[in-house]
Amino acid sequence: MSSIGTGYDLSASQFSPDGRVFQVEYAQKAVENSGTAIGLKGKDGVVFAVEKLVQSKLYEFGANRRLFTVDTHVGMSVAGLLADAKQIVETARSECADYRSQYGSNIPLKYLNDRVSMFMHAYTLYSAVRPFGCSAIIGSYDQVDGPAMYVIDPSGVSHGYFGCAIGKAKQSAKTEMEKLKLSDLSCRELVKEAARIIYLVHDELKDKAFELELSWVGEATGGRHEKVPKELFQEAERYANSSLQDDSESDTEDA
Amino acid sequence: MALKATLIRRICPPCDDKLVHLRLGMTKRVNTTEMAHLGTDAFSAKSFWHNGPAPGAFYNFPGMQSGSCNKEAQRSQQPITTGTSVLGLKFENGVIICADTLGSYGSMARFRDCQRVMKVNNNIAVGVGGDYADFQYLKRIIDQKIMDEHIADDGFSLKPKALYTWLTRVMYNRRNRFDPLWNNYVVGGIQEGVPFLGAVDLRGMAYQDRHIATGYGGYIALPLLRDAAEKNPNMTQQQAKDIMEKCLEVLYYRDARSFPKYQMAIVTADGVTVSDVLELKSNWEVAHMISGF
Repeated sequence: MSSIGTGYDLSASQFSPDGRVFQVEYAQKAVENSGTAIGLKGKDGVVFAVEKLVQSKLYEFGANRRLFTVDTHVGMSVAGLLADAKQIVETARSECADYRSQYGSNIPLKYLNDRVSMFMHAYTLYSAVRPFGCSAIIGSYDQVDGPAMYVIDPSGVSHGYFGCAIGKAKQSAKTEMEKLKLSDLSCRELVKEAARIIYLVHDELKDKAFELELSWVGEATGGRHEKVPKELFQEAERYANSSLQDDSESDTEDA
Repeated sequence: MALKATLIRRICPPCDDKLVHLRLGMTKRVNTTEMAHLGTDAFSAKSFWHNGPAPGAFYNFPGMQSGSCNKEAQRSQQPITTGTSVLGLKFENGVIICADTLGSYGSMARFRDCQRVMKVNNNIAVGVGGDYADFQYLKRIIDQKIMDEHIADDGFSLKPKALYTWLTRVMYNRRNRFDPLWNNYVVGGIQEGVPFLGAVDLRGMAYQDRHIATGYGGYIALPLLRDAAEKNPNMTQQQAKDIMEKCLEVLYYRDARSFPKYQMAIVTADGVTVSDVLELKSNWEVAHMISGF
């Protein structure tokens, strides 16, 4: 593991001599241990895909969902401690409802992003609380402004992205995404690509079973964030599986 | 005017008079005798209780905005922009709710395209009479409720009876605080495959029936609806629409706060459709025969 911050890692209100806040870094570690979540922003919408690792065969299918609808037009996918993530989702939902009650319209994603980032950042300032052990990808679609997507990490820092990945296999997922010309693809195509990337980066040796979760928001859904409908979902899975088989010879071994 | 001195600005050196800072930024020169009569004064303990609380009475602390705590006691407003009757009728496999599109401003027919019938979700429609602003307030809350369901994404969706019960609780609680939402709601929908129709009023009185009419409709339209329902208990959708149109027409003749344009919401197992604004045809040919009132 990386360097242990002996003595300087006991609370989020402490800096280390080299200017790091270890508690926040440890929170980021929690995110890295979780199943991958990706977001792809195309020309007419945003697609989310999650590699939901299934710890037990006894779980009901669809339990412990990691894709959330935060407002009618905003979706969020999370990686990290699920309980922490649920609190972020609740806060985000309440911000969206509050914006609508004050201003009479859907919250623009950049304002939601600001509010959620500030909220997560606040928990990195005090020793009485710990930082959130989760990252969130938020995305939305608006008729006028088009699609938008941001990633917020435990430190409260956020960036806007065309394509992003958080969790275990984020590096390999990002490499795959860079090969695609995302701004040219429509939502339907992105759904298939997202499924393919998740299947590709999933490590069969380390984590056996996983469930794929897919959701989208865009022109095709009329601006509403929804789970990808069954037929498209199955089509995407088939595409992903067949791409895996085609690639199996050229797959590089990764640990 | 009661002088409410808030602080002593400075002492005037030649004569030791105190210059007192009054509200609104004025400064008044006062002598010691006057000081004793002023309100709160940081220096003299005697003045502290001058104009103080009397036993049993509300005390208005100086500097506080008046009425912040006291006004809760009586409210019971009056409706300003109002909608008139709302009609509801169950038919064979659904419910119809209709209302005209007038927002009256007292006796003035001011807002002629007020939508008083709304679709709540795929199973519920609501019609409203009474104060339009109070409806707009609750409409936002109901709309957010429906959005919250989509957001929770757990497969549950609001049922007609649930909305009806919730509305009853809201209306009843407001009436108990003497601050009613001055409305008459008619809630219609399909609950577990069976048509549902109920009404809630500003007092929190709620009831369900096969036919409902609020306001003037209760006197004029309800007898017509009851009669039609008795003769034909399992009406078809078209028959129900016809009798509703007839009732609206009679209401237009007789209710001085009505309007010939109206909307209908029809709820069936296939969903809710709120019609466009339709126009009533009316026949005034007998008008010249009527006299004496």
